[in-house]
Amino acid sequence: MKYIDEFRDGSVARRIGAAIAREALPGRRYSFMEFCGGHTHAIARYGVADLLPGNVRMIHGPGCPVCVLPIGRIDMAIEIARRPEVILATYGDTMRVPASGRLSLLKAKAQGADIRMVYSTADAVRLAERNPAREVVMFAIGFETTTPPTALAIREAQAKGLTNFFVFCNHVLTPSAISHILESPEVRELGTVPIDGFVGPAHVSTVIGSRPYEFFAEEYQKPVVIAGFEPLDVMQAILMLVRQVNDGRCEVENEFTRAVTREGNAKAQALVAEVFGLRRTFEWRGLGEVPYSALRLKEGYAAFDAERRYGVADRSVPDHKACECGAILRGLRHPADCKLFGSACTPENPLGSCMVSSEGACAAHYTYGRFRDTSRRVAAGAAVT
Amino acid sequence: MCLALPVRVIELRDGDRGVVDLGGVRKEVSLALVDGVSVGDYVILHVGYALTRLDPDEAQKTLETFAAAGLSPEPAAP
Ligand code: SF4
Repeated sequence: MKYIDEFRDGSVARRIGAAIAREALPGRRYSFMEFCGGHTHAIARYGVADLLPGNVRMIHGPGCPVCVLPIGRIDMAIEIARRPEVILATYGDTMRVPASGRLSLLKAKAQGADIRMVYSTADAVRLAERNPAREVVMFAIGFETTTPPTALAIREAQAKGLTNFFVFCNHVLTPSAISHILESPEVRELGTVPIDGFVGPAHVSTVIGSRPYEFFAEEYQKPVVIAGFEPLDVMQAILMLVRQVNDGRCEVENEFTRAVTREGNAKAQALVAEVFGLRRTFEWRGLGEVPYSALRLKEGYAAFDAERRYGVADRSVPDHKACECGAILRGLRHPADCKLFGSACTPENPLGSCMVSSEGACAAHYTYGRFRDTSRRVAAGAAVT
Repeated sequence: MCLALPVRVIELRDGDRGVVDLGGVRKEVSLALVDGVSVGDYVILHVGYALTRLDPDEAQKTLETFAAAGLSPEPAAP
């Protein structure tokens, strides 16, 4: 497809890789975090790590919307879905996310809850129109990319005078999560690896623009390069980060100019600001409570708020004790370091958040990276640590 | 989940909707988040909504930057 294939050319990728190897200073280590699961997926799938010199390392950030959903919120969704009057509409990705008591939406559905997969929030509104005797609840999740579609659906339901459409809002904010990674109390406890720069979100940035990252560049003295989700985009962004580090610059640069501007999509931003307000705090799977990191429906739209409608209480459910997701998301550990990786925890039977969607660090590594690991270890002997 | 694709708009419909070509498949999507879309434009499609227009000139420039990567300067001696 146009605008995809040209950005996946293997020979160009190797050339950019050679440029990175040439420009990365031999005596220095470079650790960059890619925030988005889309980048994590591209890095694993296209073997980007293999094209990088040994002193340039990628840390997989928490930017997978499915992976960061805490168990408690899935439990709440299941509780809502089990009400006889409710049809729970959800994106397909959430179906297998592990909840408490070995449950998931998929299992709740098998047990009789009316849960329907939708492609788009507009489909959920249509479900409500077609089922006037039922109450349709959209299980709304995701970062700044999926929030405007949810806002539009609420406005559409309002315009149509629907009283049987509700939203269970779990939308989260990228910039707060990045700050949290850089300066949370847990960072003091767990320690943190030095992050020399960020590969910034692709599609999130089409909505919020590149401006919100200027704060990080300045406040935390970290270079940020916003990059598209294709492998050449990621390679080019890494090259740009290496150059910033070498020059001692901490700027926001944009590799994804074909879709991202400094201002972003003003229309989408206005719509989100109209419908949603900030939550004081929200739990992220793998990161814990993150202040001001999520959205809820504003008072004016309370009639569409599933949390109020059904009075479901927030709850916090701890992850599996041995799960290392928290440390992996901070770059302290690698998926292969987890005792459960590939044995008790697999994409078919995920125990922790990073194994849930193909954008999660553990799932991406399981699918694309695990054999490479072995061969690299064999080839390098004990020299590699 | 964050999967979003560049698609070409091939038809405009009422109510801020349009038809796009998704790798040979026609699909009706919402254009409500992006003003002034015309037939022939490329947009980034995510969960049934166009998030932004894709700028073909900028795409070309980025590809040229990639092509120039092989010609980048040698690092300064440490
Ligand atoms: S392999 Fe599973 S249990 Fe281990 S860190 Fe990854 S998601 Fe958690």
